[in-house]
Amino acid sequence: MSDPASHTHPEGRRGLIQILDIDTRLLGMVGAFVVICAAFQIWTGIRALPDFSWNPFAWIGAGRFLVPQNTFNIAVQTVSVAIMAAGMVFVIVTRHIDLSVGSLMALCSATMAVFQTEFMPKTLGLGLEHPLTAPLAVLLGILVGAAVGAFQGWLIGYQRIPSFIVTLGGLLIWSRVAYFVAGGQTIGPLDGTFLMLGGTNGTLGVGLSWALAAIAALGAGWALWSSRRAKLHHGFPVKPVWAEVTLIGIVVGLIAGFTAIINSNMVPPARLKRLFDARGEVMPEGYTEAYGIPISVLLLIIVALLLTVMALRTRLGRYIFATGGNPDAAELSGINTRLLTVKIFALMGGLCGLSAAVASARLSNHSLDIGTLDELRVIAAAVIGGTALAGGFGTVYGAILGALIMQSLQSGMAMVGVDAPFQNIVVGAVLVLAVWIDIQYRKRRGIKV
Amino acid sequence: MTGRGTPLVEMRDISISFGGIKAVDHVSIDLYPGEVVGLLGHNGAGKSTLIKCLSGAYQADAGEIFINGDKATIRNPRDARAYNIETIYQTLALADNLDAASNLFLGRELITPLGMVDDARMEAETRKIMGRLNPNFRKFKEPVSALSGGQRQSVAIARAVYFNAKILIMDEPTAALGPHETQMVAELIQELKRQGLGIFLIEHDIHAVMDLCDRASVMKNGQLVGTVNVNEVTDDDILGMIILGKKPAKAA
Repeated sequence: MSDPASHTHPEGRRGLIQILDIDTRLLGMVGAFVVICAAFQIWTGIRALPDFSWNPFAWIGAGRFLVPQNTFNIAVQTVSVAIMAAGMVFVIVTRHIDLSVGSLMALCSATMAVFQTEFMPKTLGLGLEHPLTAPLAVLLGILVGAAVGAFQGWLIGYQRIPSFIVTLGGLLIWSRVAYFVAGGQTIGPLDGTFLMLGGTNGTLGVGLSWALAAIAALGAGWALWSSRRAKLHHGFPVKPVWAEVTLIGIVVGLIAGFTAIINSNMVPPARLKRLFDARGEVMPEGYTEAYGIPISVLLLIIVALLLTVMALRTRLGRYIFATGGNPDAAELSGINTRLLTVKIFALMGGLCGLSAAVASARLSNHSLDIGTLDELRVIAAAVIGGTALAGGFGTVYGAILGALIMQSLQSGMAMVGVDAPFQNIVVGAVLVLAVWIDIQYRKRRGIKV
Repeated sequence: MTGRGTPLVEMRDISISFGGIKAVDHVSIDLYPGEVVGLLGHNGAGKSTLIKCLSGAYQADAGEIFINGDKATIRNPRDARAYNIETIYQTLALADNLDAASNLFLGRELITPLGMVDDARMEAETRKIMGRLNPNFRKFKEPVSALSGGQRQSVAIARAVYFNAKILIMDEPTAALGPHETQMVAELIQELKRQGLGIFLIEHDIHAVMDLCDRASVMKNGQLVGTVNVNEVTDDDILGMIILGKKPAKAA
């Protein structure tokens, strides 16, 4: 379809970005992420070369940062904070804060661990590795998180205690409650099925990963195209077809690229051999296998999709953003903002439970320091991802990208041997810098939020 | 005021106080279909507070509200909307981060059969009503923070008009507007009046009151000074009521 109006458009020479209608803030974050990855790739490359070379391609070629194994690890390490950051977006959008997420996550983890190692096998006498243990444990963790979150939300929404105070109290309280629930000790090993949520212990394999990527690519293409059709149906302006196709192409390319990298991360031969031994088989000579997409990453993608649909396509999401933009207007429009607060904090708590499952499964036990300082990582991820502390603006994908940027920075610095205290200095500086850039951007664009 | 049938709205003996200060002190006002009643008084006289009892933003401590002769219970803005009471607040009550359509349908979103908000249909409806109210309005995609005062006002007015209000409350609708847009609002008020709506108009501009209103109720220090038929008094009479708190002898 050719659109004659676009040729006679007064601002005829619009930039490619405007025509493609890509969020420039998202582009900025992706740019920052690419710069960080490239920098660490080169840095690790220079260190890895036996003799110093002036050839930049040699640096990049020898880099250890963007290899499949490290990409896989960063993806797995990001999930726990990213799941919580996705929920934190809604908390911050409604002008609240939740400082208790790390502690609440520890409580959920402790509850799930005790459930798996004590309640199911001993109290109920079902023994270890019962098939119901893992699903019930995850469900319990999410419920405990949601219940605690709802209670905090009730204190904030109905009793009008500032969220900063309620969740600061929660930060102190729930970590101690977790300590008592766990009996002051590390609990493990956890249920075998449960551990599949952790990362290397639960991956989809190459075939399923590609199948999933194909479904995701088709879904994304369909979503973009049907939104175009809906606009045309109402006679609204749409992008030119080539722009739409380019956009779909970029999305499909990203999905395929990510899957290809993850799928080329091979399972170490020693580990494969153990797996074959465990099944009483002999590993064939020259046998290799790739991990594929970890279940935890799949979980994060599902959470991100559901929350994005909630934010953009449901009344609940609309009310969250309206309340963040103008709480009085929301109230006068008949929105029950108190109940909304309860719902948001319950959602945040439930996500803490899910995050706790991923984190404790990754560590394969409940450790006492799980979740410590996570509240700061989560808030930082959401803020780096463009969530405005003044309320009213934030995106789920931004928060996840923020978590990814933070994790990449930390992994990269650890790889090149930056000392731990200096790592924190860098992450802190990046947080402040990100918000400063965001403020400048808004000023330039005249966005008042 | 007898012989005009049942009033659309009757607020009887309304009182509300905040921390010992009587913001509204035993005030009674009424409104008939196709009528514009002006509410006047100094800042802090209690006009907005009184009217917020009707729009559901506040709850009166004492007194009763009758809609079409039936006693009404209005505990929150949702209840008020259920009685077809729509309010245009002085602050406009818009969520600045959302676009015009989202604001227009806030709290009453159109949804698809799957329960998702139907943005495309809401935008189409918004384009329709804005085409009627303010044909120059173009910024359907921008958040309303990017709109001018007049454009924001037209979004707020569209929201009140779209849902078939029977009773319209306008709290200084022209305060932020230029002369052209003020004229537009005046014409709209006349049009809505012809359609049989009852309108409470809170207004500082005495000339606007003389032009647009059928009756005027004046408040001072939380109490009702009196209600007069606008065509029986002069603007000086009304000013006297506002400033001195005295009802003119001939209209008593």
